[in-house]
Amino acid sequence: MALDSKVPKGPIKDKWTDYKNKIDLVNPANKRHIDVIVVGTGLAGGSAAATLAELGYNVKAFAYQDSPRRAHSIAAQGGINAAKNYQGDGDSTYRLFYDTVKGGDYRSREANVYRLAEVSANIIDQCVAQGVPFARDYGGLLDNRSFGGVLVSRTFYAKGQTGQQLLLGAYSAMNRQIARGKIEMFNRHEMLDVVIVDGKARGIIARNLITGEVERHSAHAVVVGSGGYGNVYFLSTNAMGSNATAAWKIHKKGAYFANPCYTQIHPTCIPRSGDYQSKLTLMSESLRNDGRIWVPKNLEDVIAIREGRKKPTDLSEDERDYYLERRYPAFGNLVPRDVASRAAKERCDAGYGVNQTGEAVYLDFASAIERYGKEQAKIHNISNPTADKIYELGQAIVEAKYGNLFQMYEKIVDQDPYKTPMMIYPAVHYTMGGIWVDYNLMTTIPGCYCIGEANFSDHGANRLGASALMQGLADGYFVLPYTIGDYLSGDIRTGKIPTDTKEFDDAEKEVTDRINFFVNNKGSKSVDYFHKKLGKVMWDKAGMSRNAQGLTEAMAEIKAIREEFWKDVSVPGTADEMNPELEKAGRVADFLELGELFAKDALMRAESCGGHFREESAELDGPQKGEAKRNDEDFAFVAAWEYKGEPADAVLHKEQLEFKDIELKQRSYK
Amino acid sequence: MNLTLKIWRQKDSKAKGQMVDYKVTDISEHMSFLEMMDVLNEQLVNSGEEPVAFDHDCREGICGMCSMYINGEAHGPDRGVTTCQLHMRMFNDGDTITIEPFRAAAFPVIKDLVVDRMAFERIQQAGGYISVNTSGNTQDANSIPISKHAADEAMDAATCIGCGACVASCKNSSAMLFVGAKVSQYALLPQGQVEAADRVRNMVAQMDLEGFGNCTNTGACEVECPKGISLENIARMNREYLSATLKG
Repeated sequence: MALDSKVPKGPIKDKWTDYKNKIDLVNPANKRHIDVIVVGTGLAGGSAAATLAELGYNVKAFAYQDSPRRAHSIAAQGGINAAKNYQGDGDSTYRLFYDTVKGGDYRSREANVYRLAEVSANIIDQCVAQGVPFARDYGGLLDNRSFGGVLVSRTFYAKGQTGQQLLLGAYSAMNRQIARGKIEMFNRHEMLDVVIVDGKARGIIARNLITGEVERHSAHAVVVGSGGYGNVYFLSTNAMGSNATAAWKIHKKGAYFANPCYTQIHPTCIPRSGDYQSKLTLMSESLRNDGRIWVPKNLEDVIAIREGRKKPTDLSEDERDYYLERRYPAFGNLVPRDVASRAAKERCDAGYGVNQTGEAVYLDFASAIERYGKEQAKIHNISNPTADKIYELGQAIVEAKYGNLFQMYEKIVDQDPYKTPMMIYPAVHYTMGGIWVDYNLMTTIPGCYCIGEANFSDHGANRLGASALMQGLADGYFVLPYTIGDYLSGDIRTGKIPTDTKEFDDAEKEVTDRINFFVNNKGSKSVDYFHKKLGKVMWDKAGMSRNAQGLTEAMAEIKAIREEFWKDVSVPGTADEMNPELEKAGRVADFLELGELFAKDALMRAESCGGHFREESAELDGPQKGEAKRNDEDFAFVAAWEYKGEPADAVLHKEQLEFKDIELKQRSYK
Repeated sequence: MNLTLKIWRQKDSKAKGQMVDYKVTDISEHMSFLEMMDVLNEQLVNSGEEPVAFDHDCREGICGMCSMYINGEAHGPDRGVTTCQLHMRMFNDGDTITIEPFRAAAFPVIKDLVVDRMAFERIQQAGGYISVNTSGNTQDANSIPISKHAADEAMDAATCIGCGACVASCKNSSAMLFVGAKVSQYALLPQGQVEAADRVRNMVAQMDLEGFGNCTNTGACEVECPKGISLENIARMNREYLSATLKG
């Protein structure tokens, strides 16, 4: 099947408006005869469910947690971008669009990104109307901060809990519709397959995670907003339950999976401390506004610090290497995430890592505390303040800005980051790849849509900070509810979709067979054993930097782990009860397939772009020596993979990317 | 360190539960409490036993999924943290740790340490929202200035994660801190004024219907709240409720 992105014709700034004006609508009386299933209730799924219900559709929403409020969007800290230009620093829709395409290393679809930038301002208006308590300045107007990879202040925030407040906003909109009966909410339910009838997505098979019952649910369209697949690495900043199962199931039923190798390794996470570790914790990128990143200049100091003979605060300024400021004077500590992560890895690989594992760099707030302290002293007319007074005044400002993050760090690491620099290291955080969708956000299965992190569309090969929340809410509030109408207008005479059909029988049987296999297998190793093994291969061979040999090995190794898993996995308990090990088994089985496709995609993409760094494709000399080298001639396309059984047999379809409104350049942050 | 764990095991909501003893060894003080539980569960799976079911998800203290009543305290002995952020450095070698589910009539046990918190959902559905449709035509976000003080206070109330520690800690199983936080968030903002009276009436009515107890101002909820939600929110809810009832 040839890929048709269905991007409307016309100038980029008019595409969305013109398209919306001509799209087919479903009249209000007919909407109440149309059912839509939404899988996942994070920012994308939650906002979509609420908006579809407000429009009049009957929505069935599914979450594996006990409440939509617990979806992992809640953990997003820093903020949400919008081209409001409240700061008067020259921001505009075009500039947000430009920054996002450039930040994504020219591997996203121009028309989708422009639309995203266009609706960004509406999101802020909508959320404020819902009562989201964004930070404000003393005049009562909304405050902004700046984020990595851009030169304007366009990020709106609610302390360090922006994701939480936006999700609670979407959750409150959902609650209003649940109360009206327009959303039927299925908490503690997991989608285990999609049901295709006459080539169209017409329902899902879901398991009730309390009773173990396998249920059939039908609808006229299915929307998957189930998040990313970062947990394929076992250790990531994702929630323990975050999984790719819904996305992978639709992939196996015909939805192409795009650019799986585009993964974001976030530069500021708390370093790992031991093998027992179950997850990694992110420290918001907003910290890079005020924190300076460094490692010691001399290896002797590194060793002294590791052995506890020296403290980081013992090192004078000229004994420190502020390597981001040195390498990238224009952006300094605010380079995009992929650049910052690779620079940390480069220093640590060279032996400069500052903790026992050799995988940590410092994030230091001492200069910020001093700068703010002096500023405050001036504001409060304190002449000749002592160093302690300056420190005290400065600390108060830093605490007001990042207090909750500092507290979180202290609880985990047991060190006071006001007194000693934080230690950070990159960790898997976000996946830009995902299910391929067209301009309508529809997958290659008619009637099956994919939104939020689960799709591939807006961030190219690298996502800028504070853009995930923007995309999730743009898709759910302002894009999907319109575009889905165009498809559903063909269904006004269809009537209720029956579930007592062969298609549902077959899908249910497949699901039940797999569940029964797991509980009856009686192998000798736990699900986590396999998940950790997979994670290690992914991190070592498909992590921050990749090469052909490593990726080829990764494919073979993952296949071997998968075979062992199906022979030897042990799942205690039964199928007809709450059984967390059984849930994990299903998810890891899917990760074991996805991981191999991931490596295959990374192997095919013999260029460096965004989060995907191929060692074979780096600048060899000149001012950009050592930086990633993109290859637009051969790789300016979206790689959409069609499922054919074994992941190694997946067939590649290319969507050529055209850039009419932006000139392709090497990303330079120097 | 080596520990003895006394854990509540209950097969399902209908079964009778009991405390069961387990031993774990070589626990690092850097582990989180839930990572210690992972070690126990791995041990149980490898010996063919059913692991202990417990709720958890984000493991960074924000989703509100994890619960657990540890040594007689919701989220354990540390302050200002959820169970997932509790670290083993709070315990000593040789300790016996008692782990129970959150106990409240309105939070029935589903299995082992997992409880049903749907009552909280129904309270939110009764009025925990501002009735505004998604249109893209709401007024500009800066058209209503909101004082920084009010915005910050609303934010403090809005940081509630809905975990239920307040209910589990209260001798009356009262949910007033949880409900008070949501009522306060909207009461402090101009956007919330239009529906203020209906909101507080409906949410309180639902809270009573769910079987949560009353508040007797002991303040246990505030002490155990991982997000530091203040008792002031209960006072504000009472004030809102009184004024709503007087308006009739």
